[in-house]
Amino acid sequence: MKRVNAVVVGAGAAGGIVAKQLSTAGMSVVLLERGKWYTSNDCRKDDLRNQRITRLGNAFGPEDDGNPRVLVDVEGVPHIMLPSEGGYQNNAACVGSGTLSYGAMAWRYLPQDFRMRSTYGAPAGSSLEDWPISYDDLEPYYEKAEYEIGISGDDSDAPFRGPRRRPLPMPPLPPNREFQILEPAAKHLGLHPFPVPMARNSVPYNDRGPCMRCRWCVGFACEVDAKNGSQNTVIPKALATGNCELRTECMAREILTDDRGRARGVAYYDAAGRLQQQPSDIVVVSACAIESARLLLSSKSRLFPDGLGNRHDQVGRNLQGHHYTGAVGFFDFDTYDDVGPGASIAVSDYNHGTPGLCGGGMLANEFIRLPIQMVDQMPNGTPRWGLAHKQAMRCFFKRNIVVMGPTQQIPTADARVTLDPTVRDKWGMPVARISGNVHSHTFEIGLVQAQRAEAWLKEAGAMSTLINAGKPTTVSAGQHQAGTCRMGNDPQSSVVNRNCQLHDVDNVFVIDSSVHVTNGGFNPALTIMAIAYFASDALVHNWKGTGFRS
Amino acid sequence: MRGSKDGVRFTRRQFVAAGAIGGAAIAVGCSAHNHGGWDFLSDDQALALAAMCDRIIPADDFPCASQAGVVTYIDHQLARTYRRHRNAYRDGLEQADAMSRKRFGHDLTELSSQQQVEIVGAIEQQNRKFFDLVREHTFEGYYGSPRHGGNRDAISWRMLGLAEPPVLGRAQYDLRRGPAS
Repeated sequence: MKRVNAVVVGAGAAGGIVAKQLSTAGMSVVLLERGKWYTSNDCRKDDLRNQRITRLGNAFGPEDDGNPRVLVDVEGVPHIMLPSEGGYQNNAACVGSGTLSYGAMAWRYLPQDFRMRSTYGAPAGSSLEDWPISYDDLEPYYEKAEYEIGISGDDSDAPFRGPRRRPLPMPPLPPNREFQILEPAAKHLGLHPFPVPMARNSVPYNDRGPCMRCRWCVGFACEVDAKNGSQNTVIPKALATGNCELRTECMAREILTDDRGRARGVAYYDAAGRLQQQPSDIVVVSACAIESARLLLSSKSRLFPDGLGNRHDQVGRNLQGHHYTGAVGFFDFDTYDDVGPGASIAVSDYNHGTPGLCGGGMLANEFIRLPIQMVDQMPNGTPRWGLAHKQAMRCFFKRNIVVMGPTQQIPTADARVTLDPTVRDKWGMPVARISGNVHSHTFEIGLVQAQRAEAWLKEAGAMSTLINAGKPTTVSAGQHQAGTCRMGNDPQSSVVNRNCQLHDVDNVFVIDSSVHVTNGGFNPALTIMAIAYFASDALVHNWKGTGFRS
Repeated sequence: MRGSKDGVRFTRRQFVAAGAIGGAAIAVGCSAHNHGGWDFLSDDQALALAAMCDRIIPADDFPCASQAGVVTYIDHQLARTYRRHRNAYRDGLEQADAMSRKRFGHDLTELSSQQQVEIVGAIEQQNRKFFDLVREHTFEGYYGSPRHGGNRDAISWRMLGLAEPPVLGRAQYDLRRGPAS
């Protein structure tokens, strides 16, 4: 195969941006994606088979056959997980990955989110750390992501946010009924509500039309292509340069190294299952936190017997996501207006600054719910089945509001991805084994957040509420998975440097949520995108045609 | 078969016929059919399952589970995505009938609805895993997308006051196409 400058593994939020930035700078790029390329025509509006409700499987991969993982519970017992089961910690396997079907909240992290250890100190047993980069370093790249991907919203009145140079490129969608109910309530409580920033067209943008506000949003590909991910923004631009080739249904097997310990390409299985080798000058791993760690750990050689970049046993550690908690409020009037995407109003008053708590998280109203999502969200005391349950559904399906949010997790080194010693996938490769949990302080914060959500709902007039603040017994990484190839200045306690370059191998980069030191109290997509722009800029700047400027 | 008080249950003959029609409509393109038009269940299993589902979602002024196609949905999936649950259904339904005979001297389908409620409650206590499976699948068949054979004519969505077909966007309700792959 013809040698190229860069192989990028994974065409998701980060990989698509890296491919676009490198190919635009004149580098030749092969972009490998294990899944398929779906379009808006693949929006099937199937309530039982999409990317969020996966009763009948994942709509956008991976498929249940041949892609297991192993999840180890608190007692140390391993369980084999299918991709459609929650414990699998899935993110979509397709061009665009999660950004094809996500809810598309597009948050900037706050300045404190990059300095968690300095702000709070590390709780005993945690691996809480500061990032080697700051909000200010990332700010121009947040802006670039907001304009290239296309974000709507308006945070100009929000006091709890980092400084920004330019406003968001699109105004927010008009408020839905939940917004109108929740906004005055938040203000009565002294909070500062504002529209959720969304990677969704509210007006025509990037040659595509605006959101038509249907019911099938989070978990679905957008029928009118108004939801902005890498699959309909940067990846088409990368391909248009003529320098980037996208190969779908190609599963990376390992990063190949030469006898001097530098990467020389990627071995992968193509769509027909044949093993191929793509030689390259550099390799960019953008397969998301679990699979990126797995690929590095699988890339063993004489010089790297424990996997690439893993000299100090750091690859795969600090796995984290978000601890979602909140409350359902039940009302004596209709709150449901059948207007998507549903999630519309948020507060970030509770992300930081509560005495005794190491952080917090954003709170927002939930995306529009389909009936099947409400069957276990009925008021306390509702029987689980029978006529009373059916009548509760009839009474409350249109009379409830869910407020919840992603509590920032306090990571631990024990929450980790390793290679399972026995279970293999359909290509015969060892699968990811996920074990450990986040620091228990996370659950204390989550409970407080749920109580705050409840208070907001009560202020809005809820007759009764239901608190959702479980204490998961495994890490909850899922679509917000992060942290497994931590960014840092010290090679002994991190995997990549501030430019997302492996400490051990200068022509291998990890550019995705794996490098997040902490994961903010927000959905991570925009931060993943900003880091992809940031790291691509450094990569292109330091690239000298055959090697790197030292 | 005894008539039922709530007047929503089918006779065995009507029920099997309904299943056959529903099953045939769903299974366009599928070759192998066994007994009674079901993809996996036997007629007796289908009746026992219907009795259970109809206690989980009974009729009021809107249909009960089986009338909305829930048994068709579950049967369809047992031949496809839920193949892994076949043994659970086989054993669980047999156990349900055994409990009914022991307590009331008849199979589950032949009991009054009050007796069925008792048996289903007993299953919930004694075989929680199976009960939860049936409960989850019943809700899927009743409240989920009509394309899989349940929620016939989007009846549960109409019940909840949702416009069907939706006001916004295409109506993507085409039984001839399988799930996205």
